[in-house]
Formats: sequence, C-alpha cells, structure tokens
Amino acid sequence: MTRITFDKASYDCGENESVLDCLTAHGVPVPSSCKAGVCQTCLMRAVSGRVPPESQKGLKPTLIEQNYFLACSCTPAEDIEVALPEAGKGKILATVAGLEPLNSEILCVKLSPVGPFEYRAGQYINFFRDDSTARSYSLASVANLDDCIKLHVRKIPDGRVSTWIHECLNPGDTVDISEALGDCFYVPGNPEQGLLLIGTGSGLAPLYGIVRDALLAGHTGPIRLYHGSLTVDGLYLIDELRRLARDYSNFTYTPCVSEGAAPDGFSSGIVLDVALRDIPELSGWRVYLCGNPAMVNAAKKQTFLAGASMRDIYADPFVPAQP
Amino acid sequence: MSGSLYEKIGGEAAVNAAVDIFYRKVLADDTVNKFFDGVDMDKQAAKQKAFLTMAFGGPHNYTGEDMRRGHAHLVARGLNDAHFDAIMGHIGATLTELKVPADLIAQAAAIAESTRKDVLGK
Repeated sequence: MTRITFDKASYDCGENESVLDCLTAHGVPVPSSCKAGVCQTCLMRAVSGRVPPESQKGLKPTLIEQNYFLACSCTPAEDIEVALPEAGKGKILATVAGLEPLNSEILCVKLSPVGPFEYRAGQYINFFRDDSTARSYSLASVANLDDCIKLHVRKIPDGRVSTWIHECLNPGDTVDISEALGDCFYVPGNPEQGLLLIGTGSGLAPLYGIVRDALLAGHTGPIRLYHGSLTVDGLYLIDELRRLARDYSNFTYTPCVSEGAAPDGFSSGIVLDVALRDIPELSGWRVYLCGNPAMVNAAKKQTFLAGASMRDIYADPFVPAQP
Repeated sequence: MSGSLYEKIGGEAAVNAAVDIFYRKVLADDTVNKFFDGVDMDKQAAKQKAFLTMAFGGPHNYTGEDMRRGHAHLVARGLNDAHFDAIMGHIGATLTELKVPADLIAQAAAIAESTRKDVLGK
C-alpha cells in the first residue's frame, strides 16, 4: 500500500491501483481519456517521490526530466506527491542586478533570486508587477555560465508589465518572480543530433540560452540558429552570436530581415523560409521555435512536414497578454 | 502465427513509427486538414497515437460513446464519409510504408472501420 498526496490531502493507493483510479475514486477530478497510457490527457507531475518508467512512456524528454507522468499507467512503488500540470507554483523574491539595453526596444533584465533557484536555459518565469498582474519572460541565461538570470524584455506599447520594467525598474529593486516553467529546453543525450532554432524578436532569449547550454554540454551535431526581424534594428546580440559561431565550428548564426534588401552578412526574407530553404529535410533533427505565435505555429507544422518528429519539436509561442 | 494483431504489427514501437507518418499524411491532405487547423499539434499527435493503438488492436478503453462525443464538434463542421474514407486511406498507406503484411493491414482497417458510425455520429 502506498500513499498518494494531492493538494495537501493523502489517499491510500491499492497494490494494482493507478494514480488516476485512486484519485478519481476519492473525488479528485483528473481529466482522462484512453486510460491506456497513450493519449496523455491524464498528464500529472510528481512533486516528490519516484514514478515508474512505464508511466513516462511516450512523453517528451523535457517532460520526463521534470517528473511528468501519465496517471492512468502509474502504479507507484513508493509514496508520492502529485500535482496537475497547471498547478500554480510559488513566488520567489529576486533583486534587480542590472538593466542593459540590447536594442532600441529590448532590455536585458538581470535578476539575482534570493535563495536557491533552479532552472534550465530556455524555460520561462512569470514576472509580477503586483499580485494580479504578471507576464511570462524566457530565460536567456545558462545556470552554469551566468551569475544572474537574464530576461530579454521587449517594450510593448501600453504593456502593463513591460512598460513598467522599462521605465520604473532600477537596479537594487526587489521583485516577485515564479519558479522556472515550461518544457522548451536542451536535454543532453543524442549529442550528434542536428539542432535547428528559429526565433523572431525577443524570441531569441530562450534560443540564446539553449544554444549556449547545448555547446556547454558538448553537443557535437550541427546547431543552426536563425533570428528574424523586420529590419536590422530589430535584431540584437549580433556580435556575441557571430563570435560564438567563430568559436564553435558546429554552430552557425543566420540573422534575417524580412523588409527591404538585407545588408552584407544578413539574409533577406522571412526567417522560417530562409531556414527551410537552407535545411529542407529535417528527419532526425531537433527543432526549437520561439517568438511570434503566427510564425511559431506555422513553423511547427512546416518543420514537422519537413520530416522532424513531433516529439523533437519544442515550441514557445509568445502569446500577447489580453488587456 | 500466434499473438495478437498488436504484437504482430510490432506493438508500441510500430505505433511510434506510424504516428508521425500518419499525421504528416493527414496534415498534407487538403481534403481533411481543415479539421486540424488551430488545434495543439502535440495534443493532436497523442490522440492520433491513441487511435492508431486501437486500430492496431492494442490496449485502449474507448467506447463508441467516447468516439461519438469526441467527434461531435467536427460532425457539426461537416465531417462526413468522404473524410472518413480519406483517413482510412492514410492508415493503409502508413502501414504499407512500414511494410506491414497486407492481411494485418486488413485487420487494422477493419477495426478502424468499425468506428465509422460513432465517429460520424450516425
């Protein structure tokens, strides 16, 4: 007999009983559908305790690493505490360590969390202006390379949080952030796999983290980063990325501008088109897509049709907040 | 030859291999891909996998009523026999591509075919 803890209550789980059956028998509403470990409707996360490997079959590696599992096919061998995927995570206090403009509209915000803060480059945090107003920003920093966590905050016209960050935040201020969230990050293993990363605007932030995380992990396969904007002024970290490409022969950086003729060293066209023109066959590749939701959704479909496996496509659409 | 259809086709490994091929065919087919616009592709791929698992004789707990409820919104948008036929064609082509023997393909097709009335809400 094992104990399952959910939302501060504990339940006895029978020897051959699944987490799904146990919780639903006690009136906990867990969504489910196929009950055969396939459809992933009953996805949950183990907050503590280990789940059997068969309950993680078919999940993306980034979900497995965060202890996600399928409740219908999980018969735990030990006591576990579980949560639904959308369960809110706690707030963390952080100090503003620095503010540095990256271009005319994007600011690099450096934060030092008070106390331990675990994250993977490419995940995101929620940044609170007050209790009821928060926005999500991706992490451009790499835990083993950077002292602070770094966000790339684009100033949105009338944006309640981004305008406040750009105009009112000062070094030394303390702010509330969430724990790191999301499953768009680099997972070691398969070091020879090709990595294609496509981003628009401040969608470069998670990709900048993922690229450096992969290089740090000794990834040997080709790493191809495409960053797009309307004009050269919308791009940033150009020198840093060119330097990185000089230092690592398996990494290339292709900045793209979609409006007008591109100057020397830049590609002309929509970033997704440029990337797929260079790499039309994506069987076996791992793909990361971040930024404009229309681009991300189109890219998800087109990279899949170009041969990338669904479980190798990681997407982070920057959906604008509703006013 | 002993074993269930699911084992003969190749079990979970076969479904994993089939799901990307099948979903790619569906998305590339202009007669049916409108039904998949705007849905989360990850969630959709997982559902496709559950459906293929069932068609391959694998473990599932879907009832006719689940099939009916799960597709009612698509029937309201015009899902009909022609679309169902197209999907059947993609299942067959996927299994052919994976070099599954014809008699096993016929068995899988029969299982998928058995859901027609419920999927189409008839």
